[in-house]
Amino acid sequence: MFLPHTDADREAMLHTIGVEKIEDLFKGLPEKRLFPEVNLPPGVTEIEALEELQHISDANETTGELISFLGAGAYNHYTPAVVDSILLRGEFYTAYTPYQPEISQGTLQAIFEYQSMIVALTGMDASNASHYDGATAVAEAVNMAYHNFRGKRQKIILSPGLHPHYRETVHTYIVDSDIQIEGEDTPLEAGPEALIPLIDEDTALVVVQYPDFFGRVHDFSQFVAAAHDAKALVAVHVNPLTLGLLKPPGDFGADIVTGEGQTLGIPLAFGGPYLGIFATRDKYVRKMAGRIVGETKDTRGQRGYVLTLSTREQHIRRERATSNICTNQGLLATAAAIYMSLLGKNGLRQLAELNYHKAHYAAEQIASLKGFELAYTEPFFNEFTVRCPKPVSELNADLIHFDILGGYDLGESHPGLADHMLIAVTEMISREEIDHFVEALKEVTNA
Amino acid sequence: MPEPTIFELSSPGRQGAYFPEPDVPRTEIPEEILRDNLPLPEIAEVDVVRHFTRLSQLNHGVDTGFYPLGSCTMKYNPKVNEQTARLGGFAKIHPLQPVETVQGAVGLMYELQEWLKEISGFSGVSLQPAAGAHGELTGVLIMRAYHKSRGDHKRIKMLIPDSAHGTNPASSAMSGLKIVEIPSDARGNIDMDALCAECDDTLAGIMITNPNTLGLFEEKFMEVCDCVHEAGGLVYGDGANLNAIMGISRPADCGVDVLHFNLHKTFSTPHGGGGPGSGPVGVTAELAPFLPGPIATVIDEGGEEEPPLYGLVNPENSIGRVKAFHGHFSIMVRAFTYMMMLGGEGLKAVSEHAVLNANYLQARLRDTYKIPHDRICMHEFVAEGHWEDVPDVHALDISKRLMDFGFHPPTNYFPLIVPEALMIEPTETESKETLDAFADTLIQIAEEARTNPEMLQTAPHNTPFGRLDEVKAARELVLCCWFPEEEED
Repeated sequence: MFLPHTDADREAMLHTIGVEKIEDLFKGLPEKRLFPEVNLPPGVTEIEALEELQHISDANETTGELISFLGAGAYNHYTPAVVDSILLRGEFYTAYTPYQPEISQGTLQAIFEYQSMIVALTGMDASNASHYDGATAVAEAVNMAYHNFRGKRQKIILSPGLHPHYRETVHTYIVDSDIQIEGEDTPLEAGPEALIPLIDEDTALVVVQYPDFFGRVHDFSQFVAAAHDAKALVAVHVNPLTLGLLKPPGDFGADIVTGEGQTLGIPLAFGGPYLGIFATRDKYVRKMAGRIVGETKDTRGQRGYVLTLSTREQHIRRERATSNICTNQGLLATAAAIYMSLLGKNGLRQLAELNYHKAHYAAEQIASLKGFELAYTEPFFNEFTVRCPKPVSELNADLIHFDILGGYDLGESHPGLADHMLIAVTEMISREEIDHFVEALKEVTNA
Repeated sequence: MPEPTIFELSSPGRQGAYFPEPDVPRTEIPEEILRDNLPLPEIAEVDVVRHFTRLSQLNHGVDTGFYPLGSCTMKYNPKVNEQTARLGGFAKIHPLQPVETVQGAVGLMYELQEWLKEISGFSGVSLQPAAGAHGELTGVLIMRAYHKSRGDHKRIKMLIPDSAHGTNPASSAMSGLKIVEIPSDARGNIDMDALCAECDDTLAGIMITNPNTLGLFEEKFMEVCDCVHEAGGLVYGDGANLNAIMGISRPADCGVDVLHFNLHKTFSTPHGGGGPGSGPVGVTAELAPFLPGPIATVIDEGGEEEPPLYGLVNPENSIGRVKAFHGHFSIMVRAFTYMMMLGGEGLKAVSEHAVLNANYLQARLRDTYKIPHDRICMHEFVAEGHWEDVPDVHALDISKRLMDFGFHPPTNYFPLIVPEALMIEPTETESKETLDAFADTLIQIAEEARTNPEMLQTAPHNTPFGRLDEVKAARELVLCCWFPEEEED
């Protein structure tokens, strides 16, 4: 399968090499268990493989069939047909990292445009070419801030409003360093002001999420001023789609913006691959991890693009590199670039407003049900937290019979919030579906 | 002809995608949370399509031509993978859905874990890491956690051969380890004396790529592993070169304790212009409790009528998550499709032909290019792109000249231990005709180096772009497009 060799080819090639048979090429290997039996099912042709994969695919219930109110870091949005149609061009998806710029200008310019649109969206000065996902982008922000102060500031403050998976990832990454993490146990209700007393001259970075994990849009002006008074850096983690509407973090003083770019035209796909966004101010560009594309000229005087500032990177700097990242999310950054180009200035605003209105309609309807209320009073975008009269696990088990995937059960990540549901409403949900959800909630709580 | 940037194509009032008017009553949006302006481009759909199509045409990919980029395994990416990854049951499922509603997906992950174990000989696999380097970091964290769990806190030294990928020392450094570089000997193997001298009670382990980046199987691989184990260290295997040994030799059988797989190299998932990859980690039974979760597992075996029930669990001493959710699932679907089509025998044939192709190219080029470690190679080999009689022609010039003939150059200037390195990995999916055309071209270029060196030094000539000025790019940093002036709203 996928091998073009004929018997005659093999024979001629072995002859040129000067051995009799293919096995002779492996003579130098440890004899112990050479050529082990590989106990996989026997190979099949494409027609059989497709049939089997279709069968496995059919064993899943999808957000296409169910009405999904699940978000919590991954959102069901519409991707215009153009995005996938371009991604399927072999010139894009079968290339690798653009080490040879003369024959990689397609990838390089697409990434350069991605960086530019991320800058426009976040209000930062520069963006890298991507990280693996939102979680690892946050972990790299922690790394960068720590090294920015040459290890002299060892405290990192994480907001309790930061996605629990991201916080866990940060803990995994820093386990062998002398970084101390604080802030995660500050009261949820208090908002970013609760972090201010923790900020001191030992603080390298404070990480907040905007809107936060619970959907809340905070005003960070007081908090950022306090962090900057202590000369600490501030990282704001975003869902980029919300920035179609909301003030960009650059406007309120963020030093680093990380983001989960899945909402920019990338399918849910059971959690990945997604897109880690990372942008910062000019003065930190040389400390940023990851690939960066820069503009230059070629020998013919044409404008072109190359990977730049590579002396920060592992293939040059080895153990002194800013990060070990090599392969990143090139194709997904390209997807995001195509998506943002299509929607543009007006489309993104229109989509953001659509999400806002639908979510607010849903919130109002649900809050009017007996026993349900909105858990927080802060503004929200397309996701909000509802206190329910029954444990969410029970509600969701019942809702599935109405073909509804209920919102995220906050009890799974926050044991004290077992009766709190995090509900996301996107452009994929119609008014009838919201009404159906509200009716279903009413029914399953009346029982 | 350079393509204008997307911002230069913008005209106020255009749009390439539209959404319906709200079917719900509008809610007032508080003024204080709103942004003032959004400086994104404004372009019609057709022009977005043409722009990115034209950009794609400036790229070389596996689909357009031979791509012998050493250490990257640029094999053909089967089209069917793209089809299966996009099936609704895979593309449209949310990572936090109740596990009962995603039994197909979790079952697929479980099978993939089992198949990777079978190929490598390991007892446990986590599919969570996003790419090779991410798998390395995960593996090193597991090694650290293992030593610490035994109260063995002084093991802070990681040995790394001088032929290693740069990600190895970078990954170890991220985990707070002290890196000691081990030289290679004249035959391209790890220098045993230098290695043994470092094997003491501060040893955390070694990161080893086998076959190594010279494309050679370490001749004393078992001895290296034994030496490290005797000192109480662990052996990390960089699986970047697994394409050479499937069905031939299993890393775990040779003494490797942790290894990352590159699904985007060995198992045919596309490289995407620089990702997404997928870097699952395999470990021995002793290290399995430290793997990052979630891991797909069988919760209930089921019965004759009932299918098994799959679930996602966290190992008891897990190092914790290394990213959000479950890993690069749609890449797993592609790799699974490929492995299903090939089966065990097919995967063995893959490695055999990858090694056959590399040795054939090496044999064809041996008389023209110096092969510093000239013996039977595995799936790749390293030649020197430099001749004493034409000192002003370099590996870079040869690489750029190759582009004029429609070939992607080999990896150059790596591994660092070979001067003017050209690291050539043809992969198994290339035909003898392609290899011959490539060898003929390299031989012709060697001749040109003598007769018309300028032709090489000023190459490429037939590509849409000439050599790019990397110094200018780094000195006069321009990292984003010029934004058109904001017009008054």
